[in-house]
Amino acid sequence: MNLFVTRLAATAVTLASLTVASFAAECIAPANPGGGWDFTCRQVGKSMQDLKLVDGTVQVTNMAGGGGGVAFAEVVNKRNDDGELIIAASSATSTRLAQGAFPGNTMDQVRWVASVGADYGIIAVAKDSPITTLPELMDMIKADPKSVSIAGGSAVGGWDHLKVLIAAKKAGIDDVRTIKYVAFDGGGEAVTQLLGGAVQAFTGDASEAKGFVDSGDIKVLAVLAPERLEGDFASFPTAKEQGIDAVGANWRGFYAPGGISDADYDKWVKAVGAVYDSEEWKATMAANGIAPLDLRGTEFEAFVKANIDEIAAISKEIGLIK
Amino acid sequence: MDSLSALAHGFSVALTFQNLGLAFIGCFLGTIIGALPGLGPSNGVAILIPLAFTLGLPATPALILLTSVYYGAMYGGRISSILLNIPGDEPALMTTLDGYPMAKQGMAGEALALSGVASFVGSFFATWGLVFLAPQLVKVALLFGPAEYFALFTVAFATLGGIASRNQSKAALAAGLGLGIAMIGVDGQTGVPRFTFGEVHLYDGIDFLVAIVGLFALSEVFIFLEHRGTEKATGDSSGVKVGRSTVPWPMLKSTLPTMGRSTMIGFIAGVLPGAGASLGSFISYSLEKKLVDKDGTFGKGDPRGVAAPEAGNNAAAGGALVPMLALGVPGSGTTAVLLAMLLALNITPGPLLFQSNPDVVWGLIAALFIANFMLLFMNIPMVGIFVRVLLIPPRYLMPAVAMISFVGIYGISGSTFDLIVMVLFGVLGWGLRKLDVPLVPVILGVLLGNQMEANLRRAMTISDGDWTALFASPLSIGLWLFAFVGFVLPMIAGRFFRVKVKPAMAEEMDPD
Repeated sequence: MNLFVTRLAATAVTLASLTVASFAAECIAPANPGGGWDFTCRQVGKSMQDLKLVDGTVQVTNMAGGGGGVAFAEVVNKRNDDGELIIAASSATSTRLAQGAFPGNTMDQVRWVASVGADYGIIAVAKDSPITTLPELMDMIKADPKSVSIAGGSAVGGWDHLKVLIAAKKAGIDDVRTIKYVAFDGGGEAVTQLLGGAVQAFTGDASEAKGFVDSGDIKVLAVLAPERLEGDFASFPTAKEQGIDAVGANWRGFYAPGGISDADYDKWVKAVGAVYDSEEWKATMAANGIAPLDLRGTEFEAFVKANIDEIAAISKEIGLIK
Repeated sequence: MDSLSALAHGFSVALTFQNLGLAFIGCFLGTIIGALPGLGPSNGVAILIPLAFTLGLPATPALILLTSVYYGAMYGGRISSILLNIPGDEPALMTTLDGYPMAKQGMAGEALALSGVASFVGSFFATWGLVFLAPQLVKVALLFGPAEYFALFTVAFATLGGIASRNQSKAALAAGLGLGIAMIGVDGQTGVPRFTFGEVHLYDGIDFLVAIVGLFALSEVFIFLEHRGTEKATGDSSGVKVGRSTVPWPMLKSTLPTMGRSTMIGFIAGVLPGAGASLGSFISYSLEKKLVDKDGTFGKGDPRGVAAPEAGNNAAAGGALVPMLALGVPGSGTTAVLLAMLLALNITPGPLLFQSNPDVVWGLIAALFIANFMLLFMNIPMVGIFVRVLLIPPRYLMPAVAMISFVGIYGISGSTFDLIVMVLFGVLGWGLRKLDVPLVPVILGVLLGNQMEANLRRAMTISDGDWTALFASPLSIGLWLFAFVGFVLPMIAGRFFRVKVKPAMAEEMDPD
């Protein structure tokens, strides 16, 4: 027994010293390990550490709950002046803020630091599908909305869903509520269902689909970006080229507590900016299908505000919020 | 044999002094993490990611460390299931059913050693499955659409009868309770919050780890508190028998067919991204019970009831790596973390991974074999140390259980709200035990309820509300038939072989 306890204690001490000793910075991923926010925290944290922007490691805390709402409320209520803290955010955060899904919280309660890239939306079909362009898909939906099921990785009203609605709206489908959207647990599951033939189309982020695009298993109908992406996605046309002027960017970035000093805020803006400028980050973006989106400080804050206003408008239009 | 030469190459990558050391550390930490209630494989892997980054490990050694932790935790989960009736993590839930009765009969050592062997068999053959069948199995995963998944979950619930309790209606009540708890949270198909009372912490639903630790570990502590001062609670444990720490040959021989069947079932369940290790160990156990439990010994310390879920859940752990590597789709919480790790290392999982990063894939598979043998040789001698936990008087053990539960759950979410929920589950578990309602079906309801509902609603959305879509493919019809037979057969068979059963639950409940 003693031996067991000693070993246990030794393990605990080793673990504690390895993970706690040198923390000077913390990044909250407002979800369980394995998702996009977790990826953002860990990847940027690792770069900050490699570039020696922080002392030691960046501690990643997973604070799941309420689609990021638990972490948001925690930061606003309890850690409002913690200058050593940043929190991963994305379009999902602005979507929920726009739809009032963080009860009692608004974007002004925190300070928006910087973006680290954007994941443009794609709409894809299986490789053996007869559909070859986005207008064809939209015409099918127009003719018979029941004939097309579109799978995505977010819940109804979430970003994957809204992207399709934005595109459909621009394609002239008036009652976008007739579109059949099937929510799965993450883009990977949704793509699997597309390959298995259970659904006819997929909406998601470019990075989620990269593995399947490389292998040729899925056919990208359109990229929802202002212009063609670089790298592997360069051969796929944008929606705009096909006459449907829809852009859907899942941005990734960070916010910091609202009550921190300007010095701390500037420190974070600089640190995240330095990661963005590094070669290492460029390689990470290229490898994961993330497109450039370089907004820092007040510029980023204005972008998030515009994003929230846009989503609130669409959500109202389709009746998700009043 | 392309696969074999690739595997040989994998061993040349994995067999370095540093990698073996990492595998050893990973296996050891994993076993401990798995044994602690609340800390399961996914937390274990998440905790060690910073360690891998801090050491500046390249992709292959980092993956070797983390998958060793993963396999180690799958091994370790059984330890507290058997010794304390508290599942160390969710896939080890079913092991409590026969493991704990065995420990109470003075065969804790045998149960631990046997489950170690069963874990080895399960993960060893699952790893071979990964070597040879990964590309073909991906096609199996693609056969499962929402309708088929719904039928699969129905199979799990239809075969539930009689698993955890002699009283079918109490088992059904417990499962219903679990399904009800699973409904809490934002409904993904409409975006509407259900039963959340405006509380943002409830938007993501109840974390099943919180439910498991509350229902099993804390209720055990409450029962101890209830009996405090009586002889049962304070009596010394000098009379406790722990048994021998090896598996007697006849016991091993009689459980080998069970391990074989459970490995296959567990592996297939692991390959399906929507099913996972818990379903693997659950279906392994319930099928084995239906197949070989002629004397009604399952649930009372039958060694086969220990071997089945352990072989099943460890095989599922291997199976879950198939969709993760070949599709980039995580089949469980742990593989989701491993996937994030791969992405962080700039490796894109997906159909091309086997061609584009053969060093990583085959090095990883070789490491799995190494970790497996390491775990077997590490676990068997350690049985003698583990069983000594039983010699600790409850008045020291129970406070430690309470402490580990609180620390473990706080460590997952960092929120005190979950601690309150856990205590509520502890009270619920205590009440249910008083009423002889089994706890295992509650957890199954919580674990599987969300997926079951989501898949039904997906199928309905796709078919525009046409119910016949649920029976449209040969695979779903097969699964429905299976569910029907599993549900009805015991009722008919029961009429012929009605065995007079003494209320076995009452003995099982006492924590001493």
